[in-house]
Amino acid sequence: MYFNLRSAYAIYRREMSRAFRTAFQSILSPVLTTSLYFVVFGTVIGSRMEPVGGVSYGAFIIPGLLMLTLLGETTSNASFGIYMPRFTGTIYELLSAPVGVAETLVGFVGAAATKGLILAAIILSTATFFVDYHIAHPLLAAFYIMLVAASFALFGFILGIWADSFEKLGIIPMLILTPLTFLGGTFYSIRELPAPWDAVALANPIAFLVSGLRYSFYGVSDVPIAVSLGLTVAFLTICVTVIAIIFRTGWRLRE
Amino acid sequence: MSEPILSIRGLSKTYRGGVRALDSVDLDIRAGEIFALLGPNGAGKTTLIGAVCGLVRPTGGTITAFGQDLSKDWRRARARIGLVPQELATDMFETVWRAVSYSQGLFGKPSDPARLEAILKSLSLWDKKDVQIRVLSGGMKRRVLIAKALAHEPELLFLDEPTAGVDVELRKGMWEQIAALKERGVTIILTTHYIEEAEEMADRVGIIQGGRILMVDEKRAMMERLGTTEAVIDLAGPLAEVPPALAAFGVELTEGGTRMIYRGGNGEGKGRAEVAQLAQALTRAGIGYTSLDIHDSSLEDIFVSLLGHKSEAA
Repeated sequence: MYFNLRSAYAIYRREMSRAFRTAFQSILSPVLTTSLYFVVFGTVIGSRMEPVGGVSYGAFIIPGLLMLTLLGETTSNASFGIYMPRFTGTIYELLSAPVGVAETLVGFVGAAATKGLILAAIILSTATFFVDYHIAHPLLAAFYIMLVAASFALFGFILGIWADSFEKLGIIPMLILTPLTFLGGTFYSIRELPAPWDAVALANPIAFLVSGLRYSFYGVSDVPIAVSLGLTVAFLTICVTVIAIIFRTGWRLRE
Repeated sequence: MSEPILSIRGLSKTYRGGVRALDSVDLDIRAGEIFALLGPNGAGKTTLIGAVCGLVRPTGGTITAFGQDLSKDWRRARARIGLVPQELATDMFETVWRAVSYSQGLFGKPSDPARLEAILKSLSLWDKKDVQIRVLSGGMKRRVLIAKALAHEPELLFLDEPTAGVDVELRKGMWEQIAALKERGVTIILTTHYIEEAEEMADRVGIIQGGRILMVDEKRAMMERLGTTEAVIDLAGPLAEVPPALAAFGVELTEGGTRMIYRGGNGEGKGRAEVAQLAQALTRAGIGYTSLDIHDSSLEDIFVSLLGHKSEAA
């Protein structure tokens, strides 16, 4: 398969420059919001809470809060990245260029995932000011964060092609991803929920993501790490397949 | 004739909802020419360009560019094609330099600042290179789009209404720039509402209506074939009928015999020569006249007449 590295890099660089052009919205705002969670739930309320699974409450909520930001920001960044050219008409240039699905994904999704990773690094660094924590499996954590960032950037890309209004663009991150992340064990362990709510909570796919990341941090999880990894890889594969079909059919891209 | 740089055969496009925008279009574009595609709104001009450039999925037909089937070998062909769209569509918050750099990279070209500098200078945009596009005037924004389209050095350039909304002075400047592109060997296909634009620049003209190509010809040949000259002669005194000595000119009398009308020629000088002969014949016949007004039909007259005839036929 032919891959035009220069084209992919041009898209990637432009998307990254767009993020830095709107640094307050793209980077500072989510970092500030997450820091406030650390202050309120980690330091103020967390100091009065019992440890969960042997982990202090302040440290326990870090993977969940990280996941909350990662899912929301990578999805929004990727969806906005492809939606805006469609909205303004500048998509003509992308469609008329010698660029296929691979270059487009590396450019748009790679940039959105990179922004997610930068945010994750800043949030983890910021967390050290408020909470004392230690990552048990740093390589696994890094890999898992990258996997989730890439998967949800792909998901956001699909969202940006599907949406035909700014309202639709915001619906999924705000009305589905955020509530599911809150209910997916960000602030509590699903195993501590009374029956049948512990089983009901596992119907929430985000719970597997939070659990997987928490395992990489502290070695404790609500579901086996292999299940979390498997589901994330399956989600990524589904997103790539959907995008390949979109490009083949031209759905919402070519008239 | 050498191998066409672009060959379109039986190209059709029916949009969802049933609108047939292109109906079995056949068209060949020669290397190095300026081809003007003329047609009223909704004729299919932009759809035709979109189909070649990958913005529109044709429902039938084939497009061959540079000898390669676009449906198969689209990457190599598209790298050699540039497009300036009708709408002023660009990231308004980018600087001019970043916008053209992006276009160069997007089309797979290595970074070449010297090339971009030359393009921006040729389009009088060099002093605006670090300015955000949103603060530029409409004419400058359009030139930015041209600069973006030229950044990867296309051999075939589509200009969709390049001077729409541009003032007369700037329009003439753009004509010069388009002529300069042709000098550099770029093949140009332009759509325009300004017939004088096609008349000024085009080597060949195609007329499209209702998704069908009505006519394609050399501009000169089209004007010669369809062009006419009209002369209005106000006579010093009324005539009861056309004198036998003037009958060969096919003139007619109006305004109670005080005005003589000549219609003929071919738009390429023959009509004017006949009017001169007519004036001499009037003098020889002792018929005085007070004024003589000659009007050659323009490409616009031909265009309007052609579309009018087709509409009547439909």
